[in-house]
Amino acid sequence: MNPKATQIRLAEGGGGEATAQLIQQVFWSRLRHPELLKGNDASVLENPGGNLVVTIDSFVITPWSFPGGDIGKLAICGTVNDLTMMGAVPLGLTVGFIIEEGFAIHDLERIAESMAFTASQAGVQVVAGDTKVVNKGAADGIFITSSGVGTAAPDLHLGGAYARPGDHVIVTGTMGDHGATVLLARGEMGLQSDLISDVAPLNKLIIPLVQKYPQYIRVLRDPTRGGLAATLNEIARQSKVSIRINENSIPINPQVRGITGLLGLDPLYLANEGKAVMIASPEVSCFLIHELRENPLGKDAAIIGEVCAITGNFGMNQGIVSIGNEMGGERILPMGSGEQLPRIC
Amino acid sequence: MNHQLLNEYINRIQEQFSDFKCVLMEVCGTHTNVIRKAGIHRLLPPGIKLLSGPGCPVCVTGSGFIEQAVELSRNPEIIIATFGDLLKVPGNTSSLSTARAEGGQIRIVYSPMDAVELAREYPNKEVVFLGVGFETTVPAIGLAVKEARQTGVANFSVLPAFKVLNPAMRALLADPELKINGLIAPGHLSVIVGADSLAFLPQEYGLPTVIAGFSRDEIWLGITALLFQIKNGIARLENCYPKAVSAAGNRMAQDLIRELFIPEPAEWRGLGTVDNSGLGFKDEYQKYDARVRYQLQPIASMEPPGCKCGQIILGKAEPGECSHFSHGCTPDHPVGPCMVSSEGACAAHFHYTLNQ
Repeated sequence: MNPKATQIRLAEGGGGEATAQLIQQVFWSRLRHPELLKGNDASVLENPGGNLVVTIDSFVITPWSFPGGDIGKLAICGTVNDLTMMGAVPLGLTVGFIIEEGFAIHDLERIAESMAFTASQAGVQVVAGDTKVVNKGAADGIFITSSGVGTAAPDLHLGGAYARPGDHVIVTGTMGDHGATVLLARGEMGLQSDLISDVAPLNKLIIPLVQKYPQYIRVLRDPTRGGLAATLNEIARQSKVSIRINENSIPINPQVRGITGLLGLDPLYLANEGKAVMIASPEVSCFLIHELRENPLGKDAAIIGEVCAITGNFGMNQGIVSIGNEMGGERILPMGSGEQLPRIC
Repeated sequence: MNHQLLNEYINRIQEQFSDFKCVLMEVCGTHTNVIRKAGIHRLLPPGIKLLSGPGCPVCVTGSGFIEQAVELSRNPEIIIATFGDLLKVPGNTSSLSTARAEGGQIRIVYSPMDAVELAREYPNKEVVFLGVGFETTVPAIGLAVKEARQTGVANFSVLPAFKVLNPAMRALLADPELKINGLIAPGHLSVIVGADSLAFLPQEYGLPTVIAGFSRDEIWLGITALLFQIKNGIARLENCYPKAVSAAGNRMAQDLIRELFIPEPAEWRGLGTVDNSGLGFKDEYQKYDARVRYQLQPIASMEPPGCKCGQIILGKAEPGECSHFSHGCTPDHPVGPCMVSSEGACAAHFHYTLNQ
C-alpha cells in the first residue's frame, strides 16, 4: 500500500505486496487475534466441547454508514446474533471484504475500527479474513460477508419448531428502529430525525438467560429483514401453531411510529439489528422480562402475545399470526409482500 | 376515547343490534383500510355488512389513464412524477413500474410541490405530474401549478385525472342494483367541500349519512350514529367529525379549485363517463395540462378479463367474490387497482382478513 494513497486500488486486491500492506495496516493493527496474525490459510481454534454451531451472512447495506453504526458493526453483530439465537457461545468470526476500486482507505479504516470495537464489546474475536478488490462499478463501495462458529449445549432444544400453545411471545425492545433509521439515512425522504439504529451484539443479553432457563426458552430469533411480522410467521409455520399478539403491548419508538405513519409503512415489517424475539414458557416469562430489563439492551422488553393452537380462525387451517387491539378487533399479520426496503443489512 | 368507554359502546351495539340486518357503505378508501386493519367489521353483529365505495382515487382511475402515463414515460425527454401507489396499477398493456424497469424515468414524490422542485432540478427535461385525486388532493396540485407559474418553471405540467365525488355518487345511487341502507361519508373530502354539500344524500336519496373521522373510535362512533338512524327510520346528515369538518368547508381550497379548474366529464372505472365529475384546466392554465402540451388523445380503458374492480368500487361485489382475488391477484402481482392502493378494498381484505 502506498502510504500516501487515499483510495483502494485494484493492486490492493492483487495478492502481492500491496495486499499484504493493506491487510497489515488496516486490519491487523486493529484485529489482533494470534491465529489471525499468523497469516496462515486457515485458523485453528480450540473446541471447548458441545455442539458446533455455524452461520454466515452477507452485508450490502446502503449507505454503509448510518446513525448508530456502519457496515462493519453490522457484520459483527449480525453474525454474533445469529449464533446467539441458537444459544451458541461464539468461538470466533471470519470476515470477507469485497471492496470497490476507489473506496477511501480512511473509510475502510473506520470500518475496521468499528468492527474491532464491536467485537471487543461482544467479547468475540475475528480469527480469519479475506480481502478482494473489484473494478469500479462491480460493487457498491463495500460488501462484507461474515461467518461465525460457536458452541452450544448438546441438550438444548432451541429452534423455530419448538413453540407450543400457551407459550408467551417476548420482544427484547422497540421494533423497527434499524429499518426506519437506514431509510432516513438515505436522504431520499426529505425527513430528518435523531433516530439511531439499534444494531448491537445480543450475546451478553441472551446467552446468560439461555443458560439459566434452558428448558423454558423454546425459540429465539432476531427479527431482521421482514421485521417482527416475518419472524412470527416463520415460527408459526415451523412450529405449526398460531400466534396472537397484542398491538398495544408492542414497544415502538414514537419517532418510528411517526415516520412510518407518514410514509405508509408498518414498523412491524421493518428490520431490527439489536433485538430478539423469544418464545418461552409462561412459567418463566415474567422472570425473563425482569432480567432482560436490567440490561440497557433489553430495557423495553415486553410480553407481546402468546402462542395458540391452530383454530381455523380467519378461515385458515394453517398457523397464522394475528394482532388484536384495544377495541377487541383482530386482523391477520401476514408475512409481508416482496416490497420491503432493499439493502438495509 | 378511553378504552373502557369504547368497549361499552361496542357492547351496546353488539347487544342492541344482534338481530338487525343492514348494509352500510364506507365511501372513503382510508375508512376501508382502518376498518379492516382494526378488525372493526368483525366486531359488528353478523347482520351488519360493510361495503366499500368509490372513494379510492387510484381505484376509480381508468386503465386508459395509466396507459397514457406509460406512453409519456417512454419519451426520454420526460420525467414522470407520481404518488407511489400508482406505480403498480396495471394499464391496458403495461404498468409504470414495468415502464420504469424498461428505462422510463419515473420518480415517486410525496407532494405535488416536490414535482415542481424536480422540474427545477432538471431544467432540460420535462416533468409531468400524474394528477390523480379527489377534491382533497386537487388544491395541493393547484398550488403546485400556481407555484410553477409564479416562479417561471416552464418544464412542469400535470396529466389530470381529477375526480369530483358528488356527481359520481349521484350516478351510483341512481343504480337500482345498489342496495345500501346508510353511508359513511368521507371525512377528508368533507373537510374541503363542507358538510352542507353532502346534505343531498339524505334529502334526495333518503339515505342516512354520517361524516366520520379516521381513528378507530371515530369510525366506531360514526357507525353507531348511522345504525341508530337506520333503526329509528331517520335519514339525515350527521357530522361526527366536527373537529375537522365545518358546514361550509375550506373556502380557500374551494376558491383555489375554482380559480384553476372547470368541471368536465370524467371516466370512472365501473361507472363509465359521468358529466361534471372531473376537473380540467381553465384556459389561462392550459399550458400546464399535459394533454394539451403533448397533444395526447384519450386512450380507451380496457378492464382485465375477470377483474371485478369496477363492481367492487360500486359496492356490487366484494373482493372475495372475484375469481382472481388471492389467486393470481396479489399486492405483488395485481390484476386490478383495488389490490394495489393502500386505500383499495382488495388490498385491505388481502392484508388483514384473508378469507373473510
